[in-house]
Amino acid sequence: MPASAELTPRSFPAHDYAVGREKIREYARAVGETDPLYFEVGAARAAGHTDVVAPPMFAAVYSGASFEAAMRDPELDIDLAMLLHSGQEFEWGELVIAGDQITTEIALAEVSERVGMRFIVFRSSSRNQRGEHVCRGTWTVVVRPRR
Amino acid sequence: MSALAAGSELPALTVTPDRYATVRYAGASGDFNPIHIDEEFAQSAGLPGRILHGLYTMALVARAQTEAAGDPGKLKRLAVQFRGPAVPEAEITITSTVKERRDDRTIVAVTATQDGKAVIRGAVAEIEL
Repeated sequence: MPASAELTPRSFPAHDYAVGREKIREYARAVGETDPLYFEVGAARAAGHTDVVAPPMFAAVYSGASFEAAMRDPELDIDLAMLLHSGQEFEWGELVIAGDQITTEIALAEVSERVGMRFIVFRSSSRNQRGEHVCRGTWTVVVRPRR
Repeated sequence: MSALAAGSELPALTVTPDRYATVRYAGASGDFNPIHIDEEFAQSAGLPGRILHGLYTMALVARAQTEAAGDPGKLKRLAVQFRGPAVPEAEITITSTVKERRDDRTIVAVTATQDGKAVIRGAVAEIEL
């Protein structure tokens, strides 16, 4: 058994993310969103929010930082050039709004090897400053062998 | 939307990410893996060239759902498998078919295709409708 397959599930330090209005706008533009809720404070307030709303997939930003840090864990020894994202699941709770403070915990859930490729699964859980669930993520990556 | 029955289609979404889409997404997301922004590096890693971030393509899948629902808060769950690298400067089509209604959720099967190949297949979205 390669050493990587013997890793036991474990957690990484929690990561705090301060949600900024301009970051939401930058993200929303980058993925082609047009809903005024993501851009205009007035539209968001008219819909009952305190500030602009983050698109659901903004989870990639506030919890992605935790995922990136976990993948750089020296013990995992991941060759990032050979890394492919193979699957992703998000489950959302409360909407994320500019001004929110999101805390994400991420844990290594599974490591397995198949046909020379290493599959790694992380699970993340993100809450806002009121402790409300905003997103749970399951991140699956595959590390291809270098030829 | 409340009349959505199993088998009905949500509006398709077609997007052609421009040449610099991966650069903008890298900046917006913080994922600067060079396979997404450096042509030579991507080829040296055995890829056809710079590939789109999987989470960018997933964001298109999510947008198709939230635009159909008319409210970002209605998308409660999305699970995808990335089936092949998607690339900039070629059209991506997101197709969404209602599979079933379950309590207050509409379960939608979603596929993203580019150049006739699925880049995301078997995706499942749950919309509160």
